[in-house]
Amino acid sequence: MLLEVRNLTTEFKLKRGTVKAVDDISFTIDKGEILAIVGESGSGKSVTSLSIMGLLQKPGRIADGEITFKSQDLNKMTQKELRKIRGNQISMIFQEPMTSLNPVSRIKDQIMENILAHRKITKKEALARTIEMLDTVGIPSPAERANDYPHQMSGGMRQRVMTAMALSCEPELLIADEPTTALDVTIQAQILELLYRMREKFHMAVLLITHDLGVVSEAADRVIVMYCGKIVEEADVKSLFKQPLHPYTVGLLQSIPQIDDESDKRLYMIKGMVPNPLRMPPGCPFSDRCDSCMERCTQEMPELQEINGHKVRCFLYDKDMEGELNAK
Amino acid sequence: MNEVLMEVQDLSKHFTVETSLLGKPVSVLKAVDGVSFSIDKGEAFGLVGESGCGKTTLGKILVNLYSPTNGKIFFEGKELTALNEKQRRSYCKDIQMIFQDPYASLNPRMTIGDIIAEPIIINHLLPKSEVEERVIYLLNCVGLARHQRNRYPHEFSGGQRQRVGIARALAVEPKLIVCDEPVSALDVSIQAQVLNLLSDLKSEFGLTYLFIAHSLNVVKHISDRVGVMYLGQLVEIAPKRELYANPLHPYTQALLSAIPIINPEKKKERIILKGDVPSPINPPAGCHFCSRCFKEFEPCKLKAPVLKEISPNHWVSCHLF
Repeated sequence: MLLEVRNLTTEFKLKRGTVKAVDDISFTIDKGEILAIVGESGSGKSVTSLSIMGLLQKPGRIADGEITFKSQDLNKMTQKELRKIRGNQISMIFQEPMTSLNPVSRIKDQIMENILAHRKITKKEALARTIEMLDTVGIPSPAERANDYPHQMSGGMRQRVMTAMALSCEPELLIADEPTTALDVTIQAQILELLYRMREKFHMAVLLITHDLGVVSEAADRVIVMYCGKIVEEADVKSLFKQPLHPYTVGLLQSIPQIDDESDKRLYMIKGMVPNPLRMPPGCPFSDRCDSCMERCTQEMPELQEINGHKVRCFLYDKDMEGELNAK
Repeated sequence: MNEVLMEVQDLSKHFTVETSLLGKPVSVLKAVDGVSFSIDKGEAFGLVGESGCGKTTLGKILVNLYSPTNGKIFFEGKELTALNEKQRRSYCKDIQMIFQDPYASLNPRMTIGDIIAEPIIINHLLPKSEVEERVIYLLNCVGLARHQRNRYPHEFSGGQRQRVGIARALAVEPKLIVCDEPVSALDVSIQAQVLNLLSDLKSEFGLTYLFIAHSLNVVKHISDRVGVMYLGQLVEIAPKRELYANPLHPYTQALLSAIPIINPEKKKERIILKGDVPSPINPPAGCHFCSRCFKEFEPCKLKAPVLKEISPNHWVSCHLF
């Protein structure tokens, strides 16, 4: 086990009240595994990754929980200690390749900065390593392009530069926050293939954060589905897509137009919209949009329970309910 | 034979990027470069392509937000490009647009009731006393409640704002709606709601759509025919089933193979294109796609291919055919 997140709760204290962006979530990532977190905007998936990296901005703060990386609790570390790990053992790729690179610094300087901060090597060696990394991520003529500024590159190239920077110290865990969302499909295919190749080469684990179920199905080993800061379902990728259990996951999968679907039927819709985080419905957060909502759902929060290695948070699968379901 | 609503012939839009000291254009960006197609009445014509291929520019030319550098546009048989500005404006009512970004396309200082009423008042469609009733009717059509008309755009979610944008487009009873990436800024569960709304309105009001998107599965869901654009040119046009079952142009093949499929047990052969889309300021000579094409051969670098009808209604622009 490489990373264990236990009972993580991240809050944002606002004037109008406290928002629990991440509410008591627990998961683990093994060495070399690709774990995907999927969810819509506001589900807390990006806040989870920022909490792990210790990059939360005020008013956000980790209210509770442990984040254990190789038996060290990241949450208890000082920023100075965290800096030794960030960019070195854990690194991150951000969603916006356009805004996450420094526009006034050459890309070689940006990548070298990270290498020199973590490795005791000369500048010359760092430059050689930078060019090698740019070559690995598939930048043509890397020695010349290393002198470019970010604005001289296309979106796909910038995402490659970010990946090169993130991988420059051979991290054991890479957090990729929507790495392909801002890119075109043909470039998306290139970047996903690159992530896969890098995983094989460096045996690193990847925490892939995305809203795109297509990307999840292509890339991930295991999937966590988040809704309103809670984990609602967790399973390996095959069983999640073969037999989704939570009504939210089922609805999401059915509401995407399928490329190999020849019928012209209407799309399935999940009714309503994500509730305001300051005015959450009591009970299950999905209850007001759910087609299978029961009375109990509007009163109490279901627990995350495990059924043959497939975890789901829904009363439909409650042990006490089994008799009733069978009776139906 | 279907009735043609809009026909576009050899349409181009060039932007001058740099001029010489004497004001002569030195470098020119050909955003749309010699595009021809037609849209039948009641049809949904999908237009796909990657960012920078000129699909939005093309849409904006059709709604008269840009004037074309070259080419002709016919609407119901009338040549729009031959009209003067005043005459042209009278046709704006018939061709409306829904914009990509529901956050930026609504005036934040107007209530949504005023936003929807504005095109009705400007075009003198109804006496003032009937405007409010019409606004309420339009809000109902797009699934919003009548009391919401006094609220401001910031009080709405992305999906609801997109509904306001749709109501505004419908307000002047258009014949053609240019939908420019109407769902790409929305969450998956909201996307389905808006797509279903668009199909319902199409049959209810007998609308014709030009549906611009980069997402091939969304375009497939909503369109009858699909055109594929690359660097300002249409490289393939076909009825959607034909296009998705039997893509002919190598670019279309690569695009289709790049879509992730939602079934982890089905792994498909993927064509990974090399490199990036070249700059439209200096596109490669010959076929614009030749620098990334995996089937490139002799004539591709020398001569630009032209759009040819290979089988009935299936047009492709490639030297292989």
